Amino acid sequence: MTVVDLAKTPGEQGALATPTASPAPVAPVAPVVPDPVSVPEQPRRIGGVSRSAVLSLTGAGASALCVTILLFGELAPFSGMLGFVVTAYLVFLAVYAVLTGFEEDGQAVRDRVMTVVLWTAATLLFSALALVVGFTAWRGKEALPHGNFFTQDMQAAGPLDPLTNGGIAHAMAGTLIMMAIALTISVPLGLACAVYLNQIPGRFSRFVRTIVEAMTALPSIVAGLMVYAVWILGLGMPKSGLAAGFAISVMMLPIVIRASDVVLRLVPGNLTEAAEALGAPRWRTVWHVVLPTARSGLATAVILGTARGIGETSPVLLTAGFTAALNADPTAGPMVSLPLAVFNFVKSPQPEMIARGFGAAAVLMTMVLVLFVIARVIGGRGPGHQTRRQARRTARASRRDVTRFAAPHTPASVSVPGLSLFEDTAPQPHDTAASAPAPGDND
Amino acid sequence: MVSTQVASGRPESDRPVPRRLYAARGFGDRVFRIQLTATGVVVLAVMAAVGLFLLLRAGQALHARGFAFLTTAAWQPDVHNFGIAAVLTGTLLIALVAVTISVPLAVGTALFISDVAPRGLRRTLVSMVDLMAAVPSVVYGLWGLFFLQQHVIGLSRWLSDWFGWIPLFTVDGIQPGDPLASASVYTASTFVAGIVVALMVAPIQCSVMREVFAQAPAGEREGAYALGATRWGMIRAVVLPYGKGGIIGGTMLGLGRALGETIAVYLIISPVFTIQPHILQTGSNSVSSLIALHYGDSSEFGMSALMAAGLALFLLTLAVNFTASSVAARSRSGAQSEA
Repeated sequence: MTVVDLAKTPGEQGALATPTASPAPVAPVAPVVPDPVSVPEQPRRIGGVSRSAVLSLTGAGASALCVTILLFGELAPFSGMLGFVVTAYLVFLAVYAVLTGFEEDGQAVRDRVMTVVLWTAATLLFSALALVVGFTAWRGKEALPHGNFFTQDMQAAGPLDPLTNGGIAHAMAGTLIMMAIALTISVPLGLACAVYLNQIPGRFSRFVRTIVEAMTALPSIVAGLMVYAVWILGLGMPKSGLAAGFAISVMMLPIVIRASDVVLRLVPGNLTEAAEALGAPRWRTVWHVVLPTARSGLATAVILGTARGIGETSPVLLTAGFTAALNADPTAGPMVSLPLAVFNFVKSPQPEMIARGFGAAAVLMTMVLVLFVIARVIGGRGPGHQTRRQARRTARASRRDVTRFAAPHTPASVSVPGLSLFEDTAPQPHDTAASAPAPGDND
Repeated sequence: MVSTQVASGRPESDRPVPRRLYAARGFGDRVFRIQLTATGVVVLAVMAAVGLFLLLRAGQALHARGFAFLTTAAWQPDVHNFGIAAVLTGTLLIALVAVTISVPLAVGTALFISDVAPRGLRRTLVSMVDLMAAVPSVVYGLWGLFFLQQHVIGLSRWLSDWFGWIPLFTVDGIQPGDPLASASVYTASTFVAGIVVALMVAPIQCSVMREVFAQAPAGEREGAYALGATRWGMIRAVVLPYGKGGIIGGTMLGLGRALGETIAVYLIISPVFTIQPHILQTGSNSVSSLIALHYGDSSEFGMSALMAAGLALFLLTLAVNFTASSVAARSRSGAQSEA
């Protein structure tokens, strides 16, 4: 129960109501006078469910159902399932507002009604999405139990063949190869660019960041068109898995950069400052402090980019061609990916082909789901929060350091103790030469 | 120049000389810096190449048609009669339907997750929304084609019966309330495609909005509660004003995705090359599905025309995205709270 006692804590409406309701200025003071000491302080309950709320909800639901059945069956010329649900919902909201109004003021009624509306919005969205996923999985169950679906390609299977013949091995192989190519390009480039945006601030990097952010919603078909224009029309290359990999990486690059940029920004400044203070050059700070700290977040960024890239159809449609045969060579011959295979299967009028399409879509969804779960498992914690294994490893390393510091000093470890934290080999002569005169200058 | 003089004039070194903060130390750092800058340049070059090569390839078609490219509805590139008036209208209408449906759902769900949902449930819901944002568009397309298409006819008919007087909801050749009217005029319409795209972009919008709502300053939230606000009062007074930038940014991000969606739209609509303002009626078109439809059977000039259409779509989404990011940057959303 949402307890808002306007006599004690005048809300917006209470403040508005008092001047009109009370003729004398004394009136608003009067309710405050009863001794506040005798009332024990209780925390206000915000949200939560109370008995009266449950009763109101049940009553409103029952009366809404009855009114709507009456309307649809007897009184008004309404019909249709959807109309029934919408009418019932509106009646329910109205009755609920009235019921709540018996014991609460306007503010609280609005709060209750809006809470119901928010619940509805969330339920609607989640059930619609569950419907999308569940429908695909349910329709896919026709093709999935056949083992040959995962081991054969469609070369020997005609459109009229039963599901026991032919499968999507070629599409699965194609997806894996294309994603491998796309990841090989977009991960190093994307991570390096994200490090650049964070580590070398300036006007140019701000400009790059603006462009990358604007490109995150680059229509995937435009990425496909661009590779088509450059690689196939411009350079005269054939359609191939390589071209599709390029197209997917053009599409994934901004997504990976943006997500890793956000993660890198969260690396605590005192960690990098500590590394700098110990005299580490910038590249070592990045390599030994920034990247390991943000590792889980970066992995999440890459995996989320992969999940987006793996499901894209249109760049592959323009650049990979289409084949029914297994082709493991990305440089020659057309190649097909899972989404493209789905797209081609369901364009056919044959129910077997449509069943294959749904089966392939279910496999694709499973791949995305697995990627997502992996991302959650390794990226569930923010930078600085370690898993138990990482914490043990760090503890071991610092115990080693303690024993090393406690050991009798050798001249090498005294001269630059900071650098030995970052690398166990002796520091490069260049670094010692650069850092040695610096203290001398200040003296 | 000055610093070398100071360095040589060692005797007066007790005069305070500001320490120079070197970002790069030594050879390794210089290489590192150059490499990183190079990746920045490469990424920028790739992104610039998208626009540049489209423009280059589209030049021939744009030169042949000139301004008529924007006003012609037909698409017959081989007789030099083509333009994007029809497909652009279709794209915008589909995106309009999608955003109209998805924004209330996304805002409501984001508020639900950030403020209303039981605490134990929130993390799960956040993961679910993020997962939904990663579901491939072809899956949404399948659902729209094989499931929604048949079930939405009733809603379409109801809308056209009651709101047919609004030009947008008119359906040609249908008498309002005619029970024998053919159901097929309601399939493959802008409306169906819009619903599917709405479901596709709603998780993305919701995820952006929720992130901003969750950052609304705790001090201000508690201040609102302390002043006696109800939860909805607090949301209206604190969370929504704070999250306005996030709402607009998320909406625009979803709009950008909706404008560029290809496969789901392609699977559902039946393409027409006239300006079709009636969203409930069968037949629609979009730039991206035009490209997907015609890329295979185009002559060289036809390909150039498709590139021009792609360029138009690219510029449109770019404009939307720039607007979104500038709005998001200017608002208070995302600012750290002092409390």
